[in-house]
Amino acid sequence: MTNHWIDFQNSDVILIMGSNPASNHPISFKWVMKAVDKGAKLICVDPRFTQSAAKSHIYAPLRSGTDIAFLGGMIKYILDNDLIHRDYVVNYTNASFLVNPAFKDPGENKGLFSGFAEGKYDKSTWAYQTDGAGVIRKDRSLKDPNSVYQLLKKHYSRYNVDLVSRITGTPKAKLEEVYREYAKTAAPDKAGNILYAMGWTQHTVGVQNIRAMSIVQLLLGNMGVAGGGVQALRGESNVQGSTDHGLLFHIWPGYLGTPTGSMPTLKAYNDKRTPVTREKNSLNWWKNFPKYSASFLRSMYGMNASLEEAYYYMPKIDDGANYSWLVLFDQMYKGAFTGFFAWGMNPAASGAHSNKVRQAMTKLDWMVNVNLFDNETGSFWRGPGMDPTKIKTEVFMLPCASSVEKEGSISNSGRWMQWRYKAVEPPGAAKPDVDIFSDIYLKVKDLYQKEGGPLKEAITKLSWNYLDHGHINPHLIAKEVNGYFLTDKVVEDPVKKEKREFKKGQLVPSFAFLQDDGSTSSGCWIYCASYTDAGNMSARRGTKDASGIGGYHEWAWSWPVNRRIIYNGASVDPEGKPYDKKRPVIVWNGAKWTGDVPDGVGNPGSGRPPFIMKPDGVASLYGPGLADGPFPEHYEPLECPIEKNLLSPQKVNPVIRRFDKPGVGTELDVVASCDPRFPFICSTYRVSEHWQTGVLTRWLPWLAEMQPGMFVEIGTDLAREKGFKSGEMVTVKSARGQVDAVAIVTPRLKPFNIDGNLIHMVGVPWHFGWATTATRKYGPNDKKPEVFTFGDSANLLTPSAGDPNTHIPESKAFMVNVVKKGVN
Amino acid sequence: MAEKIKLYDDSKCTACRGCQLACKQWNGLKAKQTKNLGTYQNPPTLQANTYMIIRFQDVEDDKGNVKWLFRKDACMHCTDAACVQACPTSALRYNKEFRIVGKDLDRCIGCKNCVAACPFEVPKYDHETDKVYKCDMCESRIVNNMIPACVKACPTGALQWGDKDVMMKAAAKRVKELGGDANIYGDKVVGGTHLMYVLKEKPSVYAGLNQNPHVPYSVLLWKNLLKPLSLLAAGGVIGGSFLHYIIHGPKTPDEDGQGSQAEGGK
Repeated sequence: MTNHWIDFQNSDVILIMGSNPASNHPISFKWVMKAVDKGAKLICVDPRFTQSAAKSHIYAPLRSGTDIAFLGGMIKYILDNDLIHRDYVVNYTNASFLVNPAFKDPGENKGLFSGFAEGKYDKSTWAYQTDGAGVIRKDRSLKDPNSVYQLLKKHYSRYNVDLVSRITGTPKAKLEEVYREYAKTAAPDKAGNILYAMGWTQHTVGVQNIRAMSIVQLLLGNMGVAGGGVQALRGESNVQGSTDHGLLFHIWPGYLGTPTGSMPTLKAYNDKRTPVTREKNSLNWWKNFPKYSASFLRSMYGMNASLEEAYYYMPKIDDGANYSWLVLFDQMYKGAFTGFFAWGMNPAASGAHSNKVRQAMTKLDWMVNVNLFDNETGSFWRGPGMDPTKIKTEVFMLPCASSVEKEGSISNSGRWMQWRYKAVEPPGAAKPDVDIFSDIYLKVKDLYQKEGGPLKEAITKLSWNYLDHGHINPHLIAKEVNGYFLTDKVVEDPVKKEKREFKKGQLVPSFAFLQDDGSTSSGCWIYCASYTDAGNMSARRGTKDASGIGGYHEWAWSWPVNRRIIYNGASVDPEGKPYDKKRPVIVWNGAKWTGDVPDGVGNPGSGRPPFIMKPDGVASLYGPGLADGPFPEHYEPLECPIEKNLLSPQKVNPVIRRFDKPGVGTELDVVASCDPRFPFICSTYRVSEHWQTGVLTRWLPWLAEMQPGMFVEIGTDLAREKGFKSGEMVTVKSARGQVDAVAIVTPRLKPFNIDGNLIHMVGVPWHFGWATTATRKYGPNDKKPEVFTFGDSANLLTPSAGDPNTHIPESKAFMVNVVKKGVN
Repeated sequence: MAEKIKLYDDSKCTACRGCQLACKQWNGLKAKQTKNLGTYQNPPTLQANTYMIIRFQDVEDDKGNVKWLFRKDACMHCTDAACVQACPTSALRYNKEFRIVGKDLDRCIGCKNCVAACPFEVPKYDHETDKVYKCDMCESRIVNNMIPACVKACPTGALQWGDKDVMMKAAAKRVKELGGDANIYGDKVVGGTHLMYVLKEKPSVYAGLNQNPHVPYSVLLWKNLLKPLSLLAAGGVIGGSFLHYIIHGPKTPDEDGQGSQAEGGK
């Protein structure tokens, strides 16, 4: 999130779209309600009337998978009525940038951006015009037909309310009501906030959903201000932290792009990854990339290797290769893996197209399941439809400690790193994950030392300074994440401009002191300043709020450098005056900035554009770097109920990662769009009582008692048509699988009027799995739940098709049928 | 100590059910096997092992506008509490300090007079222990200066605990803010309840909410006339059976089994 949970209280309008925080982020509603108490308007846009909708002033239904059409209509409304925050748009976005005249918009190019060939985009026509010195050409009057602003206008001119309503199924009056209310936050002293989650990401246009809203936020001047921003409500308490620390294949910790095979040297890597700019006032923060890459390599290998050797040891991915979730399980299915660690995960229930995932596991020689409980993954070989006598996979279960049985930090959605203490000892043989990992590492290292192996130094030379009496000490890890000086060093303080002397072994005070010469380490540069000579910042529990707007800067620590609202340099005008005088985030006191830790802003009037993480210093209305286009364009979900995209001849995102094409995936990767066998839209979601696949919550009797099993929510109209009664057992089927569920018949789901056709939608939670049911077979050593749950995973239904940028599967819009149980 | 009440504001309740879980945790109440009956609401009603539930209710007007109403269902802690008056052994009794209805399970003889007397269908009989259970407003917490567990768990401010006069002012202010049909429920019935609601809709909209709760006449008769006599004569136990007879006829073995089984089973 750009802002943080407490900051929701500062919003004047809160848009809940692609999320259901009342159910799934219940504590967030403390702050939502505080905003409402102060007069904020709460808007909920969702295919289903949710618990969040129940608390909203305005509820607008929309067909799942049509968010870009909905938001495109909002952008058009803002532009047509000239409601933009002009000062902000001109100074802080790329609205004035001029684009290559050869660029073609989908409106004039059959639904495609220019440059599409052989299944992907050549982006050369998307580039900016530059002058002889390489500086981007601009028109600050925003009138040039090739300016981003005019292109934006042209692009969304097609998204009129009539057409948007025909695509989304949202009544026109509701669209206009939402647009009107939200656009009011263009006033400099009004803040609009967006709360989204998997309802936006899990689509084949997932990234562009969020881009569309970012454009809205920029046009209205809502980024960087109190009560504004874009909030990704994370699906796990520490998913922010795990992403920050390099969980994903394409990034090292701190969002440093993973090196590829074509970058053989550290210099080649740094050259490729360090952006340059010709914009004279732009700070271009990523110019510091070599300092962060060098410090990261030092955290990996310490002084056991030179920087160049350390870079050599680090794994590179093949150019163009992809190791995202869908690809991994596709490859596993095809026999590309012999072994697999399922660590704190339950892919047999959480993975899209779970049948394929479960089958893929049968191809493994071995699997290690690290978890608190056995689950559908560890026991996949004895799950529904499996014949254990024909499965070769050997499974090892390693019990791990739960979050309250170990010490360490988590980073919440608001980027707060918060230290937690151990409350109780882990039971039995269970150990903290890091201890399990350390034991494995030390054994592997020992084997390499004894037996050798290719590039053995990559393992044997790793620095591993975390052990304390045979156990991992989390403080030592936290300190290394922050970073040390590895040699005595004199560094100029970048703020005070005076020399400071540091001793070898001293903690680095902040990333501004990190070096590219190997004299510093930092396991994750954005966390540098979290654990310093002053102590463990994340363990702080100060409750003073000097900011006056709920910043609480002495409570824990937030990255970067304890900044609570990022992009806050855009909360003040170019002369340094806060746009919102009631809730200033930073204030110039004549000598320095006070309030939040300033972001990107120079001294007032310096002319420095505040979005310093972008090479050109401004935020992107136009985003030429993405795989599927510089502007978000509406495309239908891969599985959808209508024959045509009403907006253009191009039905689906042309660069979707799909596995159903000949020669790409497997025989299991089937899709059924506009198929009369699967006439209803389906979406997956969560309930308050369960978490993820329910591996933790299904075993808690109180939670299982409240939500005891798989259900499907069905609209009253559809239930009447099909003769379903509430409480009755039905079967939900897709082209890939089926799952039994109890019908909840409710007026909270209504059919959508899509271009004159009534289209029904149903919805299913994805927390359940066969391992905790009453009807499965329990062996003598199997733990039985006190309260059984019913049903298997909703992901038996979901498709293996993904967003072209993130490759996240499209679990929020696919097609199913619902029949009474036992009826074909 | 001033009289205190718990105030529940349904317009702020998100039905996250943190309260329902906190109640089970503080009171050490075991979960029972449930099944989905076509609603999020579970267990479906109050039970001997469930002192409070959040009720879920879909409401649709004739124009197709939908509301999803949530209501905390638990002991209302009446000032004029039928259960206390009906209880022959003072197992249910007023807490003099807070005026809530506390319980002493050791004294409960399982006569179920309270079950029959309660206008809100709150006390629940458990066949296994032959005792009756209900919310006691976390008496063990409030006498130690802690707030009730459900209030502690509530993230949105839908539940508050405080001095009655302060809470009543807050309730009145909230009703004014909400406008429309918003109202306070509980202040004008059974001498004033100690779980009070701010309801966004008219009370008649909420399923299962007694519009006109009162102490049954049979209980009044018992309390005012027969109880003093019977206590003099033979002690509460016999008197209790007598009241039971007045209210719902002779005690039969069948009826005993119903309490827990009818509501979710074992």
